[in-house]
Amino acid sequence: MPATTVVQANPLVPALDVARVRGDFPILASRVHGRPLVYLDNAATSQKPTAVLEALSRFYTGDNANIHRGVHQLSERATDGYEAARKRIQRFLGAESPEEIVFVRGTTDAVNLVAQAFARPRLCPGDEILVTVMEHHSNFVPWQLVAEQTGAIFKVAPVDGSGDLDLERFSQLLTSRTRIVALTHVSNALGTVNPVRRIAELTHQAGAVVVLDAAQSIPHTRVDVQALGCDFLACSGHKMLGPTGIGVLYGRRELLESMPPYQVGGGMIERVTAARTTFAPPPGRFEAGTPPIAQAIGLAAAADYLEDLGMDTVEAYENRLVQLALEQLGATPGVRLVGTPRERMAVVSFTIDGAHPHDVATILDQEGIAVRAGHHCTQPLMDHLGLTGTVRASFSFYNLPEDVHALVRGIARVREVFG
Amino acid sequence: MSDLAQLYQSVILDHNRNPRNFRALDEANGRADGYNPLCGDKVTVWVKLDGDQIADVSFQGEGCALSTASASLMTTAIKGKSLAEVEQLYGLFHELVTGELGPEVPRERLGKLTVFSGVAEFPSRVKCASMAWHALQSAIKASSRETELKP
Repeated sequence: MPATTVVQANPLVPALDVARVRGDFPILASRVHGRPLVYLDNAATSQKPTAVLEALSRFYTGDNANIHRGVHQLSERATDGYEAARKRIQRFLGAESPEEIVFVRGTTDAVNLVAQAFARPRLCPGDEILVTVMEHHSNFVPWQLVAEQTGAIFKVAPVDGSGDLDLERFSQLLTSRTRIVALTHVSNALGTVNPVRRIAELTHQAGAVVVLDAAQSIPHTRVDVQALGCDFLACSGHKMLGPTGIGVLYGRRELLESMPPYQVGGGMIERVTAARTTFAPPPGRFEAGTPPIAQAIGLAAAADYLEDLGMDTVEAYENRLVQLALEQLGATPGVRLVGTPRERMAVVSFTIDGAHPHDVATILDQEGIAVRAGHHCTQPLMDHLGLTGTVRASFSFYNLPEDVHALVRGIARVREVFG
Repeated sequence: MSDLAQLYQSVILDHNRNPRNFRALDEANGRADGYNPLCGDKVTVWVKLDGDQIADVSFQGEGCALSTASASLMTTAIKGKSLAEVEQLYGLFHELVTGELGPEVPRERLGKLTVFSGVAEFPSRVKCASMAWHALQSAIKASSRETELKP
């Protein structure tokens, strides 16, 4: 593979040495159906650098024990590692204190936690929850459910023809009865970047809180919870180079403190008697049972890796790659790009005339190219756009311009079969 | 033949482009919807049963080439057959697409459905090829219920 460096537009942002970076991801050297792997399914899950794999291995090899309750040496080391990971993620997200970082299973778990432990006890019949039509099911269905449970009204803000949030309609749907605005930072289906700061201002003026799904933005750009003004933020470890089974819920301290537990059990109590149990303060209150200790430590290693690269460097490189993909796919006969948002991150969705997305994905897979096909867990958005599904190519900083060219060649193969 | 050429044989591509019996069946006495929540593909199958025989069958839907061609070829394969024959054919088809038949494919019994032999190499696509058949079974059940209700 030739060393390829995409020329940076901004001279102040250091260029990414993509050949060196690819060496950190052993899986990228593998072959699929006899072809070099072209991994363009990063929005589903990212690959893992050696630094993360080694952090997991180091923990299990040298430090493995359960945390918090043990007085022995290994338990102390495990506890230190787990709590250091919390501080690492606090810094990564720009949170004010580590107590605002709750380790959960993933984005879905985090959103369900907020829906059931924050929203459910507060919502009254007639209160409103506002989401957008571009939400992943994991930031849609939990709100639909809590609306049914409480008698709250579930409202959905539309997108315009470009795939941008219709801010005017959004503002009209935001009322004095709105309690919660739940939205994604970046659309997993179209790549649309939402104007979160502006939405947070409007939401706070209306007296509601913002729950941000950052699963698709965290791996690609600097996310600072205080600068964005979100009250809660949910993200997944496995989409940002970390292990599966770990995610993060950020919550403003006073909000977390006001919430009852989500699940109950060991590790989150203060005192238990037959008459009454009192609960630990956040974040422990929301981490019942043995948490994903190794995964938290692996996630911290992923945050280290990303920050060593520099999120500005990552974002600049990926933007160039996505621009190349848009230009190349836009010029490919039979390809229809889905969504032309003002600002886009890491994702390009398209359809091919005469070929169903699943057939496209099967043929691309034969060429060693991994993409995703279908509704991307965004059925309300697909219905809104009048589509049953799309083909989605999603990028990471370890992808090459050659990967885009391979995709275009793969599409030509699709056209041969279905021409 | 490569795996891909085996999967997308010309008969399949033809039935995808020009699906047969692709219409609603007004005189049907059974109807059922099939849906694959993983990909959002959907199919509706109509059957008109005359006693124990498939007098007519049709389908409509949106899906990939495999699911569309499978539904289309299914309708052409079962028209005029008895329910017992359909059941046998489905059993055989299922074994074909899941690879349980092995290399000895009984072409004379499967007829044109043999073109789906390539699916066995693509486990993630078995559901696409099977969806219409599942809907057919539900439609036949619905038809039997309807017939029972009528004195």
